[in-house]
Amino acid sequence: MKAISIDNISKKYILSHKKKKYQNLKESMSGFFSELFSSKDEEETKEVFWALRNVSFDIEQGDRIGIVGSNGAGKSTLLKILSRITEPTSGQVKVNGRMASLLEVGTGFHPDLTGRENIFLNGAILGMKQQEIKRQFDEIVSFAGIEKFLDTPVKRYSSGMYVRLGFAIAAHLEPEILIVDEVLAVGDSEFQKKCLGKMKDVSSSGRTILFVSHNATAIQGLCNKAAFLQKGSLVKYGEVGEVLHDYMTSISKFQLQQNWETPDNAPGNDQVRIKNIEVVPEFINGSKNIDVRTPLKINIEFWNMLESAHLNLSMFLYSMTGECVFNVGSQAKTFSKGLIKGMLEIPANFLNDGSYYISVMIVKDTADPIYFMEDAISFDVADWREGTNWYGKWPGAVRPINIPVQTWKVDGLI
Amino acid sequence: MERDEVIIKAGKSALHYWREVWRQKELFWILGKRDVMVRYKQTILGVAWGVIRPLMTAIVMVFAFGKIAKLEQDSTIPYMLVVIPGVIIWLFFSQSLSQISNSIVGNGNLVSKVYFPRIIIPFSSLLVGLLDAMIAFAMFFVFCIYYKFLPSWHIFFAPIFLFLAYLGAFGAGLLASVLNVKYRDIAQIIPFVVQFGYFISPVAYSSERVKDEWWYPVYNLNPVAGAIDGLRWCLLGDFAEFNWQSFIPMLLFVTISVLFSIWFFRKNENSFVDHL
Repeated sequence: MKAISIDNISKKYILSHKKKKYQNLKESMSGFFSELFSSKDEEETKEVFWALRNVSFDIEQGDRIGIVGSNGAGKSTLLKILSRITEPTSGQVKVNGRMASLLEVGTGFHPDLTGRENIFLNGAILGMKQQEIKRQFDEIVSFAGIEKFLDTPVKRYSSGMYVRLGFAIAAHLEPEILIVDEVLAVGDSEFQKKCLGKMKDVSSSGRTILFVSHNATAIQGLCNKAAFLQKGSLVKYGEVGEVLHDYMTSISKFQLQQNWETPDNAPGNDQVRIKNIEVVPEFINGSKNIDVRTPLKINIEFWNMLESAHLNLSMFLYSMTGECVFNVGSQAKTFSKGLIKGMLEIPANFLNDGSYYISVMIVKDTADPIYFMEDAISFDVADWREGTNWYGKWPGAVRPINIPVQTWKVDGLI
Repeated sequence: MERDEVIIKAGKSALHYWREVWRQKELFWILGKRDVMVRYKQTILGVAWGVIRPLMTAIVMVFAFGKIAKLEQDSTIPYMLVVIPGVIIWLFFSQSLSQISNSIVGNGNLVSKVYFPRIIIPFSSLLVGLLDAMIAFAMFFVFCIYYKFLPSWHIFFAPIFLFLAYLGAFGAGLLASVLNVKYRDIAQIIPFVVQFGYFISPVAYSSERVKDEWWYPVYNLNPVAGAIDGLRWCLLGDFAEFNWQSFIPMLLFVTISVLFSIWFFRKNENSFVDHL
C-alpha cells in the first residue's frame, strides 16, 4: 500500500531584489515625494525561484526513505510540503495514515516552563493526546535522562539536555508516518546512537520514515531507499546504496574548486584578490569519493597587488556545525607584486566523516588581516571503517587514527 | 494528525477544517494554559499583578475623570463603581486585541515547524485575558461590599457582554494577525490603538455624557462602547440604562468583522510560513 504518493509537485518563491536607490535621509525623502507625484520608475526586479520542480515519487508503507542533496536542493521545502506547513504551488500529495513531522527538536518549548510542563506542551503541539502523554510520561523522562531536572525551567538546561528532552518526546509519538529533518546533527554521540536505535525500532514495526540528513552513514544504516534532490529536481530515487553513490560523486564534482580568471571579478580587495582555491583529493585504489582514508591537498592562489608586502597565509578548517577544528598559518615572507601560491596538506586518516568548510585569511606583517575569505570552499568526507561492527555516527571533529590507543596485558591474575 | 487520507494541494485547505479544529481542542487549552503560566513566571507578586493592574487603572481613572474633571458630581453612586465595568471591558478587550494580533508572528516557531489548524493560536489567546477579567470581577464585588451596593439581577447577562467584547477583539485582532505576518507595521499600530483607545470609549465616563452630541453615531462604531454600556447595565442595574444605540452597532461590527476575518485568515493561513 502506498503511504505517500507525491505527484508532480512544484514550489515557487518570488524573490524581489531592490536596488538601494537613496543614500541618505534627504535623498530618500525627496525621492519618496517625487515618486508620489510621478510615475514610478521600477527599480525593483522580481526573480522567480523554483525551490522544487516537478518532483514525483511514491513511498510504500514501511519504506524508510533517506532524502539527500546539497544545501538549497529543496530537501527542506519538500519536507515542509509533506508536513503541511506550506502548500505546493502546483501538483498534489496524497498521504495515507497518521503523520507526524519532526523538523526541529523541541518545537514550541517555552524557556520559562519546566521540563514537566514542556513535555505536555510539546506533546500536544506534535499531536499527542494528553492521555497518551501521561501514559508515556515516565518513559519519556527516563529516555531523556532528565529525572532530576523535571521541575527546572528548560532555559536552565544544558543544550544537550534540551535536545534530549525534545527528541525523547518526539520518539514516543506513535505515527504511521514519521518525517524527520536532520535532528541527529545535534546532541552527543551516545544520544545520537540512542536516537538511531529508536528510529530503527520504529521502522522495524512497519512504520514509514522519511529522513533528511547530511550524514550519509546514518542514511545508509537506517534507510532502504533514498531520493537525491538537486536544484529542486529529483535526480534519482531508488535503492539507498546507488543513490548515495551518485550523490557523493556529484558533490565532489561541484564544490571542490573555485576559480576566477581575472582579478576584476575575483573576491578580495585592493591589496589582494583570490584567483583559485581547490581541494585535490589523492584517491587511492580507484575510489571516487573522499572518505576518511583520502589524503587532501588544499591549493590556493592569490594576486598580491602590494609592493614588497610581508605576508602570511592562514587557513581555518570548520566542521559542519561551525566549530573551528584548526587554524594553521604559513611563515611570513616578503612578496613583491604577483601571483602567490599556497598549499595545505591534510593527511589521510585525520578528518572524521562529515562536512568541512575552509576559510582563508591573508595577513600582513603577521598581525594585520587584510583579507578574510569565509567559507571559501567546502567538502564532504564520507565514512569508511573496518574492524568494527558498530555503524553509528563516529563522534568528534577529527578521527586521527595515527594517534593510537594501545592495550597490553600486565597480569594474569584476576 | 489525521487518520483519513489527506490530500495536499495548492489552494485547498483541509476539507474538514472545523472538525480538525475540534479534534485539536486539547491544543487550544494547552496553548492558553501556557500563556497563563508563563505570564507571571519569575515575578515576586505573581498573580497579584492580576489585581494590581485593574485596581491601579481604576484608581487613576477615578482620580483623573472623577476628581479632576469632576465627572463624579453627576453620579448618584460611587464613581469607582461606574469606572470598574469600563476598566474590566477595556483591559480585556485591549489585552485580547494585542495578544491576538501578535499571535501568529509570536508563535512563528510553531507555525514554521508543525502543522495544525492555525486558527487555534488566536483562539487560545482568549484565556489569559479571561482570567484577568475574572479577577477584575472579583475586585468589583469587593468594592460592592465596601460601598454596600447590591448589583441587580442583570448581572447574569455579564458573560454575554464579555464574550461580545472578545468577539470584537477577535474580529479586529484576527485581521491584524494575518496582516502582521506580511506587514509588521501592524505591530506598531496596535499598541498605539490600545493607548488612545480608552479616551474614545466610555471607560472612565458614562456614555450619557456624549449621547446628545451629533457625532455620537460615529462614536458608537467602536465596539468597545457597546460592550461597556452593556456591562454597566449588567452590573449597575437601575443606575445605567440599556443602550440600544451602542448595542446594535456593536452586534453589526462583531458579526461582520468576525466572519470577514475568519474568511481572510483561512485564505492566507497556508502561506504564513512563506512570510514569517
